[in-house]
Amino acid sequence: METYTFLRQLADSWGLLSMVLFFTVVAVWIFRPGARAAQNEAAMQIFRNEDRPKDDSDGR
Amino acid sequence: MFMKLHQWAETNAFALLVLSFIVVSVGGLVQIVPLFYLDNTIEKVEGMRPYSPLELAGRDIYVREGCYTCHSQMIRVMRDEVDRYGHYSLAAESMYDHPFQWGSKRTGPDLARVGGRYSDDWHVAHMHNPRDIVPESIMPAYPWLAETPVSTDLIAQMMTAHRRTGVPYTDEMIENAVLDFRTQENPDAGDVDALLARYPKAQARNFDAQPGVSELDALIAYLQMLGTLVDFSTFEPEASR
Amino acid sequence: MSDAVKIAGWGLLILFFAMGANWGTDVAYRFHAILLMVVCATMFIWSIRTAGSGPKDPDGPVPETGYMDGVVRYGVIATALWGVIGFLAGVYIAFQLAFPMLNWDLPWTSFGRLRPLHTSAVIFAFGGNALIATSFYVVQRTCAVRLWGGKTAWFVFWGYNLFIVLAATGYLLGQTQSKEYAEPEWYVDLWLTVVWVAYLLVFLMTIVKRKEPHIYVANWFYLAFIVTIAMLHVVNNLAVPVSIWGSNSVILFPGVQGAMVQWWYGHNAVGFFLTAGFLGMMYYFIPKQADRPIYSYKLSIIHFWALIFLYIWAGPHHLHYTALPDWAQMLGMVFSIVLWMPSWGGMINGLMTLQGAWDKLRTDPILRMLVVAVGFYGMATFEGPMMSIRSVNSLSHYTEWTIGHVHSGALGWNGMITFGALYYLVPRLWNRPALYSNALVSWHFWLATIGIVLYAASMWVGGIMQGLMWREIDDQGFLVNSFIDSVAAMHPMYVVRALGGTMFLLGGVIMLWNLWKTIAGEGAARTQHVPAE
Repeated sequence: METYTFLRQLADSWGLLSMVLFFTVVAVWIFRPGARAAQNEAAMQIFRNEDRPKDDSDGR
Repeated sequence: MFMKLHQWAETNAFALLVLSFIVVSVGGLVQIVPLFYLDNTIEKVEGMRPYSPLELAGRDIYVREGCYTCHSQMIRVMRDEVDRYGHYSLAAESMYDHPFQWGSKRTGPDLARVGGRYSDDWHVAHMHNPRDIVPESIMPAYPWLAETPVSTDLIAQMMTAHRRTGVPYTDEMIENAVLDFRTQENPDAGDVDALLARYPKAQARNFDAQPGVSELDALIAYLQMLGTLVDFSTFEPEASR
Repeated sequence: MSDAVKIAGWGLLILFFAMGANWGTDVAYRFHAILLMVVCATMFIWSIRTAGSGPKDPDGPVPETGYMDGVVRYGVIATALWGVIGFLAGVYIAFQLAFPMLNWDLPWTSFGRLRPLHTSAVIFAFGGNALIATSFYVVQRTCAVRLWGGKTAWFVFWGYNLFIVLAATGYLLGQTQSKEYAEPEWYVDLWLTVVWVAYLLVFLMTIVKRKEPHIYVANWFYLAFIVTIAMLHVVNNLAVPVSIWGSNSVILFPGVQGAMVQWWYGHNAVGFFLTAGFLGMMYYFIPKQADRPIYSYKLSIIHFWALIFLYIWAGPHHLHYTALPDWAQMLGMVFSIVLWMPSWGGMINGLMTLQGAWDKLRTDPILRMLVVAVGFYGMATFEGPMMSIRSVNSLSHYTEWTIGHVHSGALGWNGMITFGALYYLVPRLWNRPALYSNALVSWHFWLATIGIVLYAASMWVGGIMQGLMWREIDDQGFLVNSFIDSVAAMHPMYVVRALGGTMFLLGGVIMLWNLWKTIAGEGAARTQHVPAE
């Protein structure tokens, strides 16, 4: 019973707050302007290399 | 530093794998693990015992035929369900069920407390063809159960496997498995008192009124004990659970 | 040398399965032993015949592109065939509920054994093959490399389909552990575990050796699906076999803990098999068919992390008002409701990809199918959170409403997006200029859509009716209806549902015909006669 009460209080207070904060930080991080170029690049990835693998010569 | 960490996570397949795994583990850990150590998960009740060998064989037939696809064994804490089926189901009542048979669908009625509700004759006729008894019924008929004998070869091994998962079968119970199995279907053939000492409230009689232990005997023995074990006169629900 | 080892290995396996066939304690086990013996004997003879010769090209006459597409082609065919088989099983059991004489009083044809056959055939055979095939296709194109592991991908395909055959034949012979969507017994589960680890390796290592800097988001969803299903499968199926020569096993977790584990598994079979994996399909095939990148890549990242974190908590909403402790029920409800947000985030992301290209819906029936799938996804992921609210669930649980909900998701979302992906893939994989007939795609689309509407509407009405009839109490405080009253009242609903299912099945058969004609090379000739719009 005590374990339950403790866990319940934790879930209703700091646990909840920390999860909300974590989510907010992650969301803000993803929407930072510096990531735009990389994300556009990734989104266009599906339109390349349709028929054959990339040659080693132009690989990374 | 933070920039590097992020780049690593976004471009490293192993990192993606590990991070995803951590994220999907959280919910299960929080919801499942406490059920094993919070002591109010399973109520303290009088009367629960492991299945007798014949009931266990009946339960295996219940599972084999997929009865759980249409019948639940879980009466919810709602007025109409308690009115229709009886006292709401307790966690303790399925503590020896490996796996649980709560079901998810009521194409037919709940069976958690079907034990003692109908006569053996009713079950025999109903299994032979449900529409002979209930014209509107859409349940399949199970005529082969009455004609198929149950083998006793695996009963003791089955009980041993159940014991390995935590069901409190004693050495005595496992040694007498075949004997108890036969006695419960044919009380004249063995020591009923010893059976009842090992499995209180077990019902010993020839369920299908035919000689020999058929699958129908085992199934009816199982159905007739469902929901009959717990003594509700001594049960007090906990306020918070 | 290695040929000799191979031949000896197959020989030993034949011996082992012969022992199983002899000593097996039940009919399903012995049948499986004989089946596996035949498979190994075939491999044994094949190994002898090919001994000493170099590896044969499994890709057949279709030109090698550098990507490993032979296994994808097989996967596409398996998906289409299993789909029709699974729909047929569903239609049959739907008619059984309307007309119980169709059970034929035989063990192998009774509802209790056919129902797991239907669910496994559509989820694991149809859905699973679709996921394996599309994931192999997508991961190669987005990573710009050939699949890792040589023949391992073929092992995954054949091993997985062997698992399906073992599971399906086992159900008919009465082999089940009675855990919904996890019915196969211990040795079938062990085999699936081996196959699944191989699948994870092929997929992961292909990503590792990629030649694109980023891991495309579709691969995130596929990867999370594979690893989560591995975790769920292993934990949920923990069991003690009664004997190594028999089917039976005893599941490790009992009663209430077992129920929690089962629905943690069961709901995330929906969440990760039928949602995360299929979202991987959405994130590739919709942008490709619409010929424009995904609406918001940022949103897809948030969608991914939020979805996989939240979904795993939703299981207890299958256990409202049961003997599961209240705290777990509350957690399940809250997370299920919150889950609505990432689900709709994903839906918006899929739909908005068509921004500026909505006119394509008029002319492109494949795109129409993909987009309607996302629409159904949105409907199902609104209905789901609503049904997870305890007061709503008290009415809907145990009724046909749940069945209607599941099918609006499974037929609408999983079915339609898979059909769209198959129509997209077949001309590309077999180098055909176009499908045999776009008109038949339209026929398929409308039959399926109307079928789903009939199905879902009849089950909504019927399910709510059941719930209300069960709880109806007269002014004296007595129950108004006996249980059988509700069964009798369902009859017309069951008939309508079976008809809806029949239409959906018919659409599937039309697809099979269309794909077959396309593969046979009749698409090019046909398209010449169709005037451009």
